[in-house]
Amino acid sequence: MAAVHGGVLGAAYLAGDSPVHRLEPHAKVVAVLGFALVAVATPVHAAWSWTAYGGYLALVLLAAAVAGVGPGRLARGLAIEVPFVLFALLLPFVAQGPRVEVAGIAVSESGLAAAGGLLAKATLSVLAAVVLSATTEPRALLTGLERLRLPSLLVQILMFMIRYADVVGGELRRMRVARESRGFEGRNLGALRVLGPAAGSLFIRSYERGERVHLAMLSRGYTGRMPGGPVTAVPVRAWLTALVLPLGAAAVLVSGLLLG
Amino acid sequence: MTSPAPSPLSSSGPEPSLRVEDLAFAYPDGHQALYGVDLRVERGERVALLGPNGAGKTTLVLHLNGILTGGRGGVHVAGLPVDRRNLQEVRRRVGIVFQDPDDQLFMPTVGEDVAFGPRNLGLPEGEVQARVTAALAQVGMTGVADRPPHHLSFGQRRRVAVATVLAMHPEVLVLDEPSSNLDPAGRRELAEVLESLAVTVLMVTHDLPYALQLCPRSVVLDGGVVVADGPTRELLADADLLARHRLELPYGFSVRAAG
Repeated sequence: MAAVHGGVLGAAYLAGDSPVHRLEPHAKVVAVLGFALVAVATPVHAAWSWTAYGGYLALVLLAAAVAGVGPGRLARGLAIEVPFVLFALLLPFVAQGPRVEVAGIAVSESGLAAAGGLLAKATLSVLAAVVLSATTEPRALLTGLERLRLPSLLVQILMFMIRYADVVGGELRRMRVARESRGFEGRNLGALRVLGPAAGSLFIRSYERGERVHLAMLSRGYTGRMPGGPVTAVPVRAWLTALVLPLGAAAVLVSGLLLG
Repeated sequence: MTSPAPSPLSSSGPEPSLRVEDLAFAYPDGHQALYGVDLRVERGERVALLGPNGAGKTTLVLHLNGILTGGRGGVHVAGLPVDRRNLQEVRRRVGIVFQDPDDQLFMPTVGEDVAFGPRNLGLPEGEVQARVTAALAQVGMTGVADRPPHHLSFGQRRRVAVATVLAMHPEVLVLDEPSSNLDPAGRRELAEVLESLAVTVLMVTHDLPYALQLCPRSVVLDGGVVVADGPTRELLADADLLARHRLELPYGFSVRAAG
């Protein structure tokens, strides 16, 4: 019943058959993590840091192009970064040190550099993650995390989140329709007196559903471990393809360190 | 499909699918739900378990696969006593289909969900896949293995829920309110599926016409005891019995005219 095919969380996924789509999910997770690590490890105050960021950006845009992830999708994915942006914008004003004039306002020089670095690193990491989420189905991502030995309990929690996001979302929607059908308008602060209990009852319902699901699982022989499906070996080539992204970024970083 | 007539408790011969003896149970809060239930379901029988809300039907069902234990009396499934040591095998033998398919279908795709039980049994992957295919075919849902459950209609999800326990090759299929929330076509399709299965069925329901359609025999539970046990047609024709136990046929329904 979800409006989007694939459900609330599946909406991030773009169906496709590009080389990036075909890569094993855990190889992609490793690649994105490695890329983010390299980006974060770049020294903020080095003179060549912006050249390095440019190199990383070229790499991640290349990956997006190969995967067929358009600029619109990338831009929407960046929305998650907004809180970081707000924090980064504060830095030049609150940081100590020598001041420089920017558009007539005195701001901290080191704060400016730190904010710029923070923004660049966050943006690069988010871009890589957007490419990952656009080319990997949520459940494939879970299989990947499981193969990377993320604790089984965590994987199960994530799995249930994916499965039940739509069910809980549907409940939330029905409660809202029922409220509004009786003339409720959530416009002022007084509405909180209604919305608070609604959130509470949604929590209780979800908790009870959790108990029923657990019962259904026990009835089919669940003993605490999620039985895994067949596991296919990953060809070395696939690993090499996936690792082009972090290794390329590392090459940029190393040449920056050596030459800069 | 023919079913053996209900046999007296003392009969010998092959082990019945279900043997419940003097089962009593009180919840930890002191509420006594069962006061000594005796029930015998022969292999291949289809039995409806009727009774008003609060009669103890769900409590009884949760004893059949050992979710609830610890009261007086006991349950045997095809001769195997339900106790802690046999839990895994008991849960394979008793397949419970719960009322809300969203509770039963918790895996990301239909295929993985049907595979969940067989994988818990530790079967090799080839056998698991064969069972998934066979179970989905049995409920007329071939070809949906790769779809997420929330893309299916409610009736389809109910049938997939049946497949998830069929894949474990159960001795007895226990259905909790199988016809609830189904539209008439979904109801008929599920009935066709259930009639085609060569498996013992115990069906908990308030839907008396559905019981009449599918189950030659019915058991009425009320106040934690079995108050009637006999051919469904006879029980439903007994207006006094129905009235005493808050059971009601739909308006205009006549047992004589049906089937």
